[in-house]
Amino acid sequence: MSEQPVRVAQLSCGPEHSGVQKEIYDAAEAVNAEMFFPDVTLADIRRSYDAFGLEARSGDLKLAIARAMALVEGNVEADAVFIATCFRCAEAAIVRNELRRYIHEHSDLPVVSYSFTERTTSGTLLTRMEALTTIARRRALLAREKQKGTTMGIDSGSATTKAVIMRNNEIIGTGWMPTTEVINSANGVIEAALKEAGLEMGDIEAIGTTGYGRHLIGDKIGADLIQEELTVNSKGAVYLADRQHGEATVIDIGGMDNKAISVQDGIPGTFTMGGICAGASGRFLEMTAKRIGVDITELGPIAMKGISKTVPMNSYCIVFGTQSLVNALAEGNSKEDVAAAACRSVAEQVFEQQLQEVDIKEPVIMVGGTSLIEGLVHEMGDLLQTDILVPHHSQYIGSVGSALLASGFIEEK
Amino acid sequence: MAKVFIYPATSLVLSDMVERWGHEALGAATSIRERIQTPSLDSPPLQMTPEDPKKGLKYAAVEVPCGVRGRMSIYGPLIEEADAAIIINDADLSFGCMGCARTNELVMYMVRQQEGLPVLDIKYPYSEEEGTAFVTQIKEFLTGLGGENNE
Repeated sequence: MSEQPVRVAQLSCGPEHSGVQKEIYDAAEAVNAEMFFPDVTLADIRRSYDAFGLEARSGDLKLAIARAMALVEGNVEADAVFIATCFRCAEAAIVRNELRRYIHEHSDLPVVSYSFTERTTSGTLLTRMEALTTIARRRALLAREKQKGTTMGIDSGSATTKAVIMRNNEIIGTGWMPTTEVINSANGVIEAALKEAGLEMGDIEAIGTTGYGRHLIGDKIGADLIQEELTVNSKGAVYLADRQHGEATVIDIGGMDNKAISVQDGIPGTFTMGGICAGASGRFLEMTAKRIGVDITELGPIAMKGISKTVPMNSYCIVFGTQSLVNALAEGNSKEDVAAAACRSVAEQVFEQQLQEVDIKEPVIMVGGTSLIEGLVHEMGDLLQTDILVPHHSQYIGSVGSALLASGFIEEK
Repeated sequence: MAKVFIYPATSLVLSDMVERWGHEALGAATSIRERIQTPSLDSPPLQMTPEDPKKGLKYAAVEVPCGVRGRMSIYGPLIEEADAAIIINDADLSFGCMGCARTNELVMYMVRQQEGLPVLDIKYPYSEEEGTAFVTQIKEFLTGLGGENNE
């Protein structure tokens, strides 16, 4: 890669002692980023720590505070910030959250925070690191507000694969199918989208891919843009919701993991990805639908007829959540109430585990396949005390974002 | 000569004092030197791998953050090996930073729990007068342990 590496400042406590520092370096290297620790003096630590006002006991957290202040005050230059502390440490969680908020409010540096265990791998960190570097490196691309020419976007998610063909800022073809074998599923949705649009592959001027299978598919079909889903979905969400300017919060509850992104003018500022457990994912809702004997598309309307609070659910784990579900049905609760409770449970976990890590700014836009489950959208709106915006074609968000951003490459050809 | 565990384990001043009075200081440098000199481990900057937090399970439960367990895999064996220990309470950052507050609580507890282990448990000095008393106390403690440079 000939581009300059993106300089990512690391504010952390514990990764070198947990053996995951190498994983952080590996993830950064994979996206041409360079991790560095901002230099501060002992006097800086004393001054910053007192000025910040949070009485952390840990020396490394005091150091992290001083480093954050050095970045905000401009004494150290960086392109992005990565905050990492040990999972399960309460003191670190407080500092991590406050530093993320402080940097977000006082600078325009993209920042992501993560709590790791000794089993954290570079693969887990890759999407976050890729998003950080993309925001730092490709602001011009992310500023694109209109799709031009004829482009295709493919989103290879953990549960479903989607394709969209756009021409002159309009969606003219779509394809959707469950993800089985990644390439086969992609071929299936490409074929469907082309058929609907009445086009052939040769008519497509640029292609973008996103999602878990983005590299495999992108390399196979020679995509112009291969991009992680955090930036692509943010862009797609504000585009479809017609909120490209100003603040917004994007919530994407996926099949495997969730994303909560705080967006400013279509560019992600802070984001979190992944809950603790699949209990807060589309997978749990799929399983709920199966258990109460309905198709996933019927779950939303059924949930809307139920009262979520009558069925207690464990919202922290898919195993305990399933147990609650089975118990609730065995106790004779109606499937409407159980469906509503399942939606509530997913919304609660996303709210408690992830939305606390990003600043909620209205409008809140829900995207992805789960945004079509109206019971889930209702419960999330109830928790956040706001009306949630679900744009048209919200299930194709990654594909739309990819098709939109890929059109930037037509001009380069 | 006694093996003396020092807290903060990163304190060079304390380490130097222990050596001056004829003893071996057990501090962070000892464990880290071992890791750096062990071939085939390549996790920078401390040559630690995810195996270390697993070794730390001997000293802290699995619910404890991995950074604590990783650190305990460094300090735990030193405490077990120690013949004596010096704990400086509320030390200044510049005296030797120990990084994680939770690890520090556990390290001090473990030291105090070692049966029959002579422990000097003193406060960090913040004035010249306190400084003199501080050094005198350490000297007396170390002299009492026996060693080459004892008068």
